[in-house]
Amino acid sequence: MAKDTKILMTFPVTATSHRLEEVRARGGYQALEKALKTMTRQEVQQQISDSGLQGRGGAAFATGRKWSVIQLGDGQPHYLCANADEGEPGTFKDRWILENAPHLLIESMMIAAYALEVRHAFVYIRGEFEGPYRRLADALEEAYAAGLCGNNILGTDFSCDLVIYRGAGSYVCGEASALITSIEGKRGYPRNRPPRLTVKGLYQLPTVINNVETLSNVAWIVAHGGAAFKAVGSAKAPGTRLISISGHIARPGVYEIEVGYPWKRLIYDDCGGMQGGAKLKCVIPGGISTKVLTGEEIEKLNLDPAEVEPAGSSMGSGGMVAIAEGTCMVRLLQVMLRFYHHESCGQCTPCREGMGWLHRLIDRIVAGQGRLQDLDLMARISRLQDGNTICGMGDAAGYATLGILAKYRHEFEHWISTGRSMHEGNLECRRSS
Amino acid sequence: MSALFQSLIPEFERMKQRYPAGFESSLVLPCVRRVQEARGHVADEDIAAIAAYLRVPRIQIEEVLSYYTQFRSEAVGKLRVEVCRNVSCSMNGAERLIGHLCKRLGVAEGGTTTDGRITLSTAECLGSCGTAPVVVVNDQYHENMSIEKVDRLIDGLKGD
Repeated sequence: MAKDTKILMTFPVTATSHRLEEVRARGGYQALEKALKTMTRQEVQQQISDSGLQGRGGAAFATGRKWSVIQLGDGQPHYLCANADEGEPGTFKDRWILENAPHLLIESMMIAAYALEVRHAFVYIRGEFEGPYRRLADALEEAYAAGLCGNNILGTDFSCDLVIYRGAGSYVCGEASALITSIEGKRGYPRNRPPRLTVKGLYQLPTVINNVETLSNVAWIVAHGGAAFKAVGSAKAPGTRLISISGHIARPGVYEIEVGYPWKRLIYDDCGGMQGGAKLKCVIPGGISTKVLTGEEIEKLNLDPAEVEPAGSSMGSGGMVAIAEGTCMVRLLQVMLRFYHHESCGQCTPCREGMGWLHRLIDRIVAGQGRLQDLDLMARISRLQDGNTICGMGDAAGYATLGILAKYRHEFEHWISTGRSMHEGNLECRRSS
Repeated sequence: MSALFQSLIPEFERMKQRYPAGFESSLVLPCVRRVQEARGHVADEDIAAIAAYLRVPRIQIEEVLSYYTQFRSEAVGKLRVEVCRNVSCSMNGAERLIGHLCKRLGVAEGGTTTDGRITLSTAECLGSCGTAPVVVVNDQYHENMSIEKVDRLIDGLKGD
């Protein structure tokens, strides 16, 4: 099978391809019209359930199931939030949508808002995304002016306002409950579940939070039908994935691949292999919180959760980092642990203390003062965090640490026993001569 | 209430129109951001003004200010230069870039030049991994940077 279907990246990007005029010439907002004028809310929801669409933020939860918790006609306000707090290192795929296809997100959100009986919807966008915010804000004003958003959308009796809510620099706010707390104008602290956010979310009212990429698939599903979507990709993970690839890759960027696409083909054919013809050492598959796989491990794998998960990792957020031979994994883990330590919100003891502890241990190893038992200690701290914190960040830092320790322990042992890196502390790609 | 805050109120009132009723607390982040844009930082009198205007407790504003990396309660240089040092940027030369900028500007990470003009800081992943390394000057991204390009960027910075 060719595995070449595109759902999101279906048009050539130009200086004006994001504007409403061109979007409509390409058939944009026809799915919104179809939903509002020819379908009931339940029918839209049914199409989403039938499509098998899963969350693209990392957890891959079934979108139809999430939506089905919302009780139509229960007399309460419902809220919808697009999670555009893209901050998982290595991930920049939602940025592609926000910059190049903002109307696809707005159209899809208006369809979702209709299906979920939502009067007010939000896009929570990370504060640093100045450019993507401008693009989205301009697109939103175009949509309001054209009657595609706001009161009586497309002349129907459906009305929905959309607010772009800007974060202000907090990785944890990408976690759905922290995102909600942030929209309430407070510190972005994650909340304990239950209650689920679809039961008690924003201001304790039923709230659906979906990733930008997840929502952006909705217009296509409504236009073509859930069954057509289900036929793309693999049966258990239908559709396509936006893969943002970076690191030591020759042609970094965002690529839309159908689930099941050969990994080698993406790296060597589409992305031109590694910088300067270097050899691939390993790959972080879906954001730094997913476990690293070696160059040999990915050789025969297709980009399908059914293959990546048995190999011991996950497709996560689609934020792929390709790492060349000659890179020092000790220093790489140091960069990651500094990040996690910086971003811990401090609510839960295992994460608040554990992140700092891991960071200090790796700094000590890099300073040449490490002890061999530090490696077991790092593994123990990582395991202690798993499942013992309110949000998944404690788990994530542990996975990153355990993944690298499991495969590159010898590099750590070398540094500890000789006082220096096996690869001169190298993080940049140098052609192996 | 300061003249600065007073002048922003019409903007806040317009913003409110798209929010549901009863969402005053949600306006804390947008108000803090807007005040900071206008003043350069959020001063003590601004905290009081925002709290009074939104009818939220003062401590809520203070908590928000101290929690979010982008908010600041003290003045910094007019030119804020940030360099991402997360995984993909470090793999493409960010550490050399930071070292070079520290030397050139004569400051440590987080420091401000002696003339008070430029503040240099480091940042975690800014979603610019595919165009790494990235340097952000006053919220504007400059991507695929190198030492030569960052030198030209600093040379060309206008404003005091």
